[in-house]
Amino acid sequence: MSVRPAARLTERARGERRLALLLCAPAVVVMAAVTAYPILYAFWLSLQRYDLRFPRRSAFVGLENYVTVVASSRWWEAVTNTVLITVVSVTIELVLGMAVALVMHRTIVGRGAVRTTVLVPYGIVTVVAAFSWRFAWTPATGYLVGWLHIGTDPLTAHGSSLAIIILAEVWKTTPFMSLLLLAGLALVPEELMEAAKVDGATAWQRFTRITLPLMRPAILVAVLFRVMDAFRIFDNIFVLTGGANKTQSVSILGYDQLFVGLNLGLGSAVSVLIFAIIALIGFIFIKGFGTAAPGAGARR
Amino acid sequence: MRRCGLILALAAAAFAGPLACGGGSAGPPTVSFYIFHEPSGAFERGAQMCSRQSNGRYSIRISELPSTADGQRQQLVRRLAASDESIDIMGMDVVWTAEFAEAGWLHQVPGAVRDEVSRGTLEPSLRTATWRGTLYALPYNTNTQLLWYRKDLVPSPPATWAQMIAMGTRLEQQGRPGRVEIQGAQYEALTVWFNSLVASAGGRILDDAGRLALDDTAVLAADTMRRLADSPAADPSLSNQHEDDNRLAFETGRAAFELNYPFIYPSARTNAPEIFRNLGWALYPSTVEGHSSHVTIGGINLGISAFSTHPDLAFDAAVCLRDADNQRFAAVMGGLPPTLESLYDDPGLRRQYPFADTIREALATASVRPLTPAYTNVSLEIQSALSPPSAIQTQSILGRLRSAIGNALNSQGLIP
Repeated sequence: MSVRPAARLTERARGERRLALLLCAPAVVVMAAVTAYPILYAFWLSLQRYDLRFPRRSAFVGLENYVTVVASSRWWEAVTNTVLITVVSVTIELVLGMAVALVMHRTIVGRGAVRTTVLVPYGIVTVVAAFSWRFAWTPATGYLVGWLHIGTDPLTAHGSSLAIIILAEVWKTTPFMSLLLLAGLALVPEELMEAAKVDGATAWQRFTRITLPLMRPAILVAVLFRVMDAFRIFDNIFVLTGGANKTQSVSILGYDQLFVGLNLGLGSAVSVLIFAIIALIGFIFIKGFGTAAPGAGARR
Repeated sequence: MRRCGLILALAAAAFAGPLACGGGSAGPPTVSFYIFHEPSGAFERGAQMCSRQSNGRYSIRISELPSTADGQRQQLVRRLAASDESIDIMGMDVVWTAEFAEAGWLHQVPGAVRDEVSRGTLEPSLRTATWRGTLYALPYNTNTQLLWYRKDLVPSPPATWAQMIAMGTRLEQQGRPGRVEIQGAQYEALTVWFNSLVASAGGRILDDAGRLALDDTAVLAADTMRRLADSPAADPSLSNQHEDDNRLAFETGRAAFELNYPFIYPSARTNAPEIFRNLGWALYPSTVEGHSSHVTIGGINLGISAFSTHPDLAFDAAVCLRDADNQRFAAVMGGLPPTLESLYDDPGLRRQYPFADTIREALATASVRPLTPAYTNVSLEIQSALSPPSAIQTQSILGRLRSAIGNALNSQGLIP
């Protein structure tokens, strides 16, 4: 099957192409309206001095908002927090998620029950889960503070607050990670494992030499999704600390500029920067690991 | 196909909805009143009474705003920035006046209404509704903190913060409850605490023109906060406490003093009768010996949106909503102290508020939070600089506050 040059297309093939374009058009128009337009508008806003409270002082200021954001220690504080939360929580989730996925994969008895149980945290609304964590860690209402014999309120200090935010995030999204990894585990052919066993490979060797390489695409997707999600963390922090004690993430910072400060220019600049960082993360993942991933295991 | 029809019908209804509300229907024109939910129903009753008394000139419809002050402001600002015509009367927190007026979202109060409203209204409440010499809103209700204390532990109430901290420390050292309950969390109440302390030391944060006026009184104020945080009289959760946490702590009997609003009075009567029996009240303590205190005033003003299609009716309705009868009802049923001074002599109100005279005295000399269109930014910077109170650096705090507030006034930089 070779592709014919366009000049030799039959009337029918050309008609089909036209139809294909027409069928795609509505989707493209909708996508442009709901994603491209807001993104471009946010970028346009980020180039203006635009504070809802001072409508008469609005003006085009070029990159001034970006300079303000990047020069602010609050932005870098938020970036540090976000990166810390992302790296630590995704690492823990990957290890835990892999363990849970292996358990789910190997379970023979009560498979449905095990998988349902694992999924429960992911099914709970994040804000509700965050509130229960908050109450659990507050001395008057919480049981955790009492059990662990913590004298004060752990949500009043920087380090312990961040730890609780990461805990809530891990608890909530490990099931998602393990589901994606479970799909990857299903790709590993059973015969290969049998053959390795016959050759005398230990369980650990089978896991690191066969399972992991073959799962690489699935791991890549799972980690990429979670990194992008974790970097945009908002609801957990909003409920647990509201950004107090220097626990702001970049999304909380953007929200505060937009909805508390009503400064659309600065807020949009923060949003565009978050978008750029996320896009960069995606790019690095795909470029760095993407080509190596599929079929890399089969080549050896 | 049927589904499509349903969606179309819904869309049509959604577009037609606002138009249908705008007019065209028979009956008196509707004046919309946007305000937070008030559980006792006092606002609802006021709206009904005034609609009836207008003899068919207007009918007031209440639309409820979110429960938090931030949520209320966000909704109003979003709609006002889009020139929403469906808002007539707004229940505004006293600190929003300058912001809304400067943005051109408020009608100036007409001369005749201003004269009527000014008569008998508490002066600090009027000041919160005024921006650059013009009255922009009608004072509705007010609120302020008193010093509540346990008469069984404290024979006579302290006049200054230093005395109160010393008394509390002594009680704690004797193994008796001596804590001082105050809102120390990083939110608006921290600004209120700081403002009360600065004003009670004879200073102020901004001058009448909205320029920075912080001086050494700010150091005294910050030092007082730090000294409480370092003393045995501080609550261990100080840096995370809101009004209701203070109320709970006082009711459990761990504290001797509490700086809080009058809502704690009926609550203590129900929840902690033992403590209620010995509950005393006094004016907010002063920052400096020999200087009288000036506690921060709160409350709600009624503003008329600049985009209202019938501002005259809206002003009439707002004047009615805040008349003596409705203010009395809101005070007795809803626990919202009135802005009309004469009501503090009303027998019904005095039965509910045995502390009416103390409140009136506190309100008469109350201080106003900074009047500036950038109030939110200023307040957030103050909270950020003073939180947690145990980490305040007294030597450098004045410089830090001055530069942070200076940036906030120009709406420069990222807000915390």
